[in-house]
Amino acid sequence: MASPSIELRGVTKRFATPKGGIYTALRDLTMEVAPGEFCAVVGPTGCGKSTTLALISGLELASAGEVRVEGRPVKGIADGIGYVFQSDAVFPWKTVVENVAAGPRYQGIGGRAARERARDWIARVGLAGFEDRYPHQLSGGMRKRVALAQSLINNPRILLMDEPFSALDVQTRSLMEDELLTLWASTSASVVFVTHDLEEAIALADRVFVLTAGPGTVKGNFVVDLPRPRNVAEIRFQPRFTQLYEAIWSQLRDEVLVSYERQKHAAAG
Amino acid sequence: MNVRSTLPQAEVGNPPPRPSPARGEGALNPGEGIPPGSIDADLIARRSRAALRRRLIVYALRVAFAVLWIGSWELSSRLNWVDPFFVGQPSGVVSRLWTWITEGTALGPLWLQAAVTMEEAVLGFVIGSALGVVLGILLGRIQLLAEGLSPFIKAANAIPRVVLGSLFAIMFGLSVWGKAATAVVLVFFVVFFNAFQGVREVDRNLIANARILGANNRRLTTEIIIPSALSWILASLHISFGLAIVGAVVGELFGATAGLGQLIYNAGHTFDVNGVFAGMFVLAVLALIAEGLISALENRLIKWRPSRVSGEIPI
Repeated sequence: MASPSIELRGVTKRFATPKGGIYTALRDLTMEVAPGEFCAVVGPTGCGKSTTLALISGLELASAGEVRVEGRPVKGIADGIGYVFQSDAVFPWKTVVENVAAGPRYQGIGGRAARERARDWIARVGLAGFEDRYPHQLSGGMRKRVALAQSLINNPRILLMDEPFSALDVQTRSLMEDELLTLWASTSASVVFVTHDLEEAIALADRVFVLTAGPGTVKGNFVVDLPRPRNVAEIRFQPRFTQLYEAIWSQLRDEVLVSYERQKHAAAG
Repeated sequence: MNVRSTLPQAEVGNPPPRPSPARGEGALNPGEGIPPGSIDADLIARRSRAALRRRLIVYALRVAFAVLWIGSWELSSRLNWVDPFFVGQPSGVVSRLWTWITEGTALGPLWLQAAVTMEEAVLGFVIGSALGVVLGILLGRIQLLAEGLSPFIKAANAIPRVVLGSLFAIMFGLSVWGKAATAVVLVFFVVFFNAFQGVREVDRNLIANARILGANNRRLTTEIIIPSALSWILASLHISFGLAIVGAVVGELFGATAGLGQLIYNAGHTFDVNGVFAGMFVLAVLALIAEGLISALENRLIKWRPSRVSGEIPI
């Protein structure tokens, strides 16, 4: 295997809580993502999935252990990273074209050239004709397309996605998943896709990491050997899909139960 | 003080709320027309008739209130239920206004008094809000500075600031600057606290997104922080123009040769209650005009915001 694109070795992340305590989000987490690989990370609520992405992106730094991206240790926000957030993070005061052009402009490309490239990407995510709309005038799915174009226009070598489609209805969601696979196939980016939905993880990814209930660490790591190109809606009917689902779920189930018990106790206490 | 426009939303020129485009992906055609005679067209026609009727009722209500209020005032003073010497009389107020307009006031032409007061208020408003915005954003961005300065700001804010007017009268004499300075100290804190809060309330996700996309600190401030804080800042401008007028008028009370505050002060000292009301009326008209201008500015600057939900009553 070529040297990994993303590497986390024995990573621990602790946060200081407002009450003065310490909350450990990740403990001794080790994972590797190969160049061009599409990885999904699944785990119960509060297991530190999003924290993993924050560490890879450089938005947060590890408390212990080592995070390397393309061989270099992460010390801050690096170039070549795209990040699609769970909630809407498109800029509400910018039109679609201004939103998509933001990345190139921040990288120092002139306004006109940046808008030119933005129009191209807007067309690629199927939003031609909506260039001058403001985000509040678009549907949730369309805003996600804007967010995708906004990230992909910078040609990221690494694409981090934090439950990007969790707020969408089921039909829109599977459309967007197919769209994502098509767009990804035309790049060589490595993807880390965080989700709580195991079906989505298997349908999209080459590899699925299962995290334990928080503090999160890798419990298992499954290669998804389903052929590409995939149709997200139909691949679920393949026998191999069901086998993988059962295998991964048998690991995930215990963690989900642990996490659920804790929530019950927290609510009762 | 907070004299926001009382016009119903429909008259301010906002487009009717667009139907939510949440249904089909891409099924949304920007220029899609609705065929006449269809159920939709019928519904729209009915809705606009209902809106028109409602607007007429609202206007009728307003006229009724005005007639009731002014009429009962006039009537009770004419019938000597109350003494017009102490509470004034609407007809007296109107005739006083008419004299001021046609023959001028004791201090000179009415428009000049209005212009003097507006000059003081506008100067105070512009300087005070500029200082408030700049310092609010600065302190909002630099945590250490905010923590260092917070006791002083709180202390300054606790002072009843109108009394500073007497200080400014000594410092600046009878010039326009004494009144403008009083207006500045009133305006500054309102705008400052709003700008500061606006900066602190910026969505963390938007900041993270901009940083990932490569924004440096300057871009982050100009393209994310300021636009996001703008709705807070603009909301404070509505209140602060009213405060600027208060500052100008109070400043004039501490010593002036012209201005509406001085005019009202003189009227009060000569037991001319109608003159006091006439001066207040002119001030109210000016404040409403300024309010309209600020609303227009607001609509221009934040046109990206979804149009307000219908049914909300703008007061």
